[in-house]
Amino acid sequence: MSESLLTVRNLSVTYPGRTGMTHALRNASFELGRERLGIVGESGSGKSTMGRAILGLIPRPGIVSADQLDFAGRSLLANTDRDWQSLRGRRISMIMQDPKYSLNPVKRIGDQIAETCRLHLGSTRKDAESRALAMLEAVQIRNPDTVFTLYPHQLSGGMGQRVMIAMMLVAEPDLLIADEPTSALDVTVQNEVLRILDRLVSERGMGLLFISHNLTVVSSFCDRVLIMYGGRILEQCAAADLARAQHPYTRALMAATPSLDHPKAELATLVRDPSWLE
Amino acid sequence: MSVSLTQWLMDDRPTSRRQAVLGNLYRGLRAIIANPAALTGLVIVSLLILVALFAPLLAQGISPIDQDLARRLSPPSADHLLGTDELGRDIYARTLYGARVTLTIVFLVSIIVAPIGLAVGTIAGYLGGWVDRILMRITDVFLAFPRLVLALAFAAALGPGIENAVIAISLTAWPPYARMARAETIAIARSDFIQVVVLQGASTFRILFRHIVPLCMSSVIVRLTLDMAGIILTAAGLGFLGLGAQPPTPEWGAMVSAGREVILDQWWVATIPGIAIFIVSLGFNLLGDGLRDVFDPKAER
Amino acid sequence: MGAMAVNAARRAQGWTTAVLRQVTSFALSLVFTFIGLTAVTFFIGRLTKIDPVLAVVGDKASKEVYDNAYIALGLDRPLIVQYGLYLKRVLTGDLGISVLTSQPVITDLLRVFPATFELATIAIVIGVLVGVPAGVLAGARKGRLPDHIVRVGGLFGYSVPVFWLGLVGLFVFYGKLGWVSGTGRLDVFYEDIVTPRTGIILLDSALEGEWDIFWNAFSHLILPAAILGYYSLAYIARMTRSFMIDQLAQEYVITARVKGRSFWGAVWLHAFPNIMVPLITVIGLSYASLLEGAVLTETVFAWPGLGLYITRALFNSDMNAVMGGTILIGAVFITINLFCDFLYRIFDPRLKSA
Repeated sequence: MSESLLTVRNLSVTYPGRTGMTHALRNASFELGRERLGIVGESGSGKSTMGRAILGLIPRPGIVSADQLDFAGRSLLANTDRDWQSLRGRRISMIMQDPKYSLNPVKRIGDQIAETCRLHLGSTRKDAESRALAMLEAVQIRNPDTVFTLYPHQLSGGMGQRVMIAMMLVAEPDLLIADEPTSALDVTVQNEVLRILDRLVSERGMGLLFISHNLTVVSSFCDRVLIMYGGRILEQCAAADLARAQHPYTRALMAATPSLDHPKAELATLVRDPSWLE
Repeated sequence: MSVSLTQWLMDDRPTSRRQAVLGNLYRGLRAIIANPAALTGLVIVSLLILVALFAPLLAQGISPIDQDLARRLSPPSADHLLGTDELGRDIYARTLYGARVTLTIVFLVSIIVAPIGLAVGTIAGYLGGWVDRILMRITDVFLAFPRLVLALAFAAALGPGIENAVIAISLTAWPPYARMARAETIAIARSDFIQVVVLQGASTFRILFRHIVPLCMSSVIVRLTLDMAGIILTAAGLGFLGLGAQPPTPEWGAMVSAGREVILDQWWVATIPGIAIFIVSLGFNLLGDGLRDVFDPKAER
Repeated sequence: MGAMAVNAARRAQGWTTAVLRQVTSFALSLVFTFIGLTAVTFFIGRLTKIDPVLAVVGDKASKEVYDNAYIALGLDRPLIVQYGLYLKRVLTGDLGISVLTSQPVITDLLRVFPATFELATIAIVIGVLVGVPAGVLAGARKGRLPDHIVRVGGLFGYSVPVFWLGLVGLFVFYGKLGWVSGTGRLDVFYEDIVTPRTGIILLDSALEGEWDIFWNAFSHLILPAAILGYYSLAYIARMTRSFMIDQLAQEYVITARVKGRSFWGAVWLHAFPNIMVPLITVIGLSYASLLEGAVLTETVFAWPGLGLYITRALFNSDMNAVMGGTILIGAVFITINLFCDFLYRIFDPRLKSA
């Protein structure tokens, strides 16, 4: 880890409700450099909340608190709306799960990508369009001129997700949060999208926060892994060391993952212990 | 006793149909009471019913139709709490008795509209095919009609009067019920328990009216409550134009119309009955919104 | 990517057939509903106790004249034939003669329609200009102060009788404050100066450069239009709010925020374009219902439009005029109604991607 891009210390997100507080994220701490960090956990473990908290997009009435939340040496905690707006899309961006929902259905693909340039790079219309076209090419869309004029419902899932990547990387951010970027896609196109993401992240030397429930993908794609459960980070380790993980939950997750190399007659059932959240 | 009664009502495994029905009612009532807006609506509607029932008592024996031309258009005073109208009739008493007229219209329209809508909708939904197509075409035709204007033409042709106003309003009010009942019937008819009843050899008539109609009732009631305000406003509009209840019957819309000529000098004549119409439709709107939230949380808020 | 182009072509073709199907269905329902409307007005006409023959020949006619007129009107023929004749007359624009004005009803209707059109149009402009932003604001600030204000304002609109609000408005703004002019379309001494080219006074007076008349007409128009507009405002704001809440829960709104759009930027530039289609439908529907609301408002404000024409005819037992007015309002209402439905189906995104 050469330079720290993101430093998170005791980040918590709580939602006040009628029956008391719901803790979506509890005292999460980690550091991220220009590397690939995977976050693994079940649904509801707080991994998506983490991504949104870093972008300052926790909806009301959620409460975000942290001892430290630094991005590139500056604290995000005191950010004004305007600070956030110049940060989002330009320095940090995020790819979401399903392009069917995350692309605006009534806007042309090209305009949606160019919008990011117009917002941050002060581009003229023409300049923004040529950047968008170049970006479509970079995500390996073969006839960008045609795709530029299409609407989201005219794209397949894999194409949609590539467009999403183009849209989020066109302003060359330093940190990309990928929130389950392949979970909604067909297995056949998952690898293709991952390959494109892999290449772009390496070429541009970005930091990547890769959120997934898929342990296999994370361990092969990332340098380090955070294991989350119930809003808490249970364990951090290098992806290569996952097999030797200490925490019983991580071991249980590993045991519940099917593998072609070591086929098992019966997969283990996850056992959870409430004391992990103490 | 009260604790055990609550327990009996809230039991999630009712042992009799009566317990289940009462339990549901109790839960609904509790949900409405927990919602301040709906509770206000419930109170207003209950008050309307009480006022209609006890109008003579509340009016302290003052007649709503006795004229006293010597004291016409007198402002609110101790003798006439809300003043008198152009014929010297007591506006307070007339407003109280007006609740009876409004309630009658609302009641009559409900018992005409709900059965027609339910019959058309369930038959269309259950039988399907060409029956469905024809019935729904007719429903759509009526749905596209302008309500007030048609009621107006109808009341004009039949002659003014409360019965004709009721018929005119009903004629244009039933289609939404038919559509709703049809949609519910289609969903219910697919379910297993209806298949079981069919296998037991129940007649179509029995299935429709013993099994499907009762299940549509709750949405019909919610919809009726929501429609009430519109019905009251249409009825008052017809009354205002002179096509509703005829004088000397105290009808709020007609009372507003009577105060029209003198609005600049004797404001109370038109204002008081107008406020009565407003409060009552507000009550039904609030109650209807609350009922919808309780019975149909998915519906548009 | 040849396959994609083929796909796109196939989709475009699918869309064309789908649109054609909707056009056919729109035309069919229009015909069907119009037949229904005329059948109902015909039926109502038969119900009335007013003798249609007497309306033609007058009550001093001899028995012979009466009988001839009876046969000439086709009243001895079977009902279905009578309906056929009636339909034919309606379609050729023959709505009978008005007893009140001794003019063909259709001439009368064409004369009074612009007044209603002017009133309803200004009202819908008010309804849209205030209702849409209010609904967007309420939806975006759900559960907070702006939302509560819009909800209470809407509830008031749904509960208050329009004729009463009109009277109270006259009392306050004309009687007490003197901010606006009273009933009618113009002050008496301004009447009949401008030639009615369009029948819309604001337009006619502006065309002739008669600005005094223009402002006088405006001061007469603004109160009834504002009151009518308030009703469509309540409905438009309520529907806009609920569409907005649906759209703001969509993921693409977060995408826009992640790109760096401000909250209101995401609301207006991303969510709002997505509610345009249902919103246009809602605006169309409330425009149609304004024609109806105009009946009561015109009575209160002595506004010489369709509504006043119908109610006056009503009290003079002028059934031809009542039925003619009903058919005109009904036809306009039905057409707008079904056309909005049609528009909605055409632009439904599911249809586009089918």
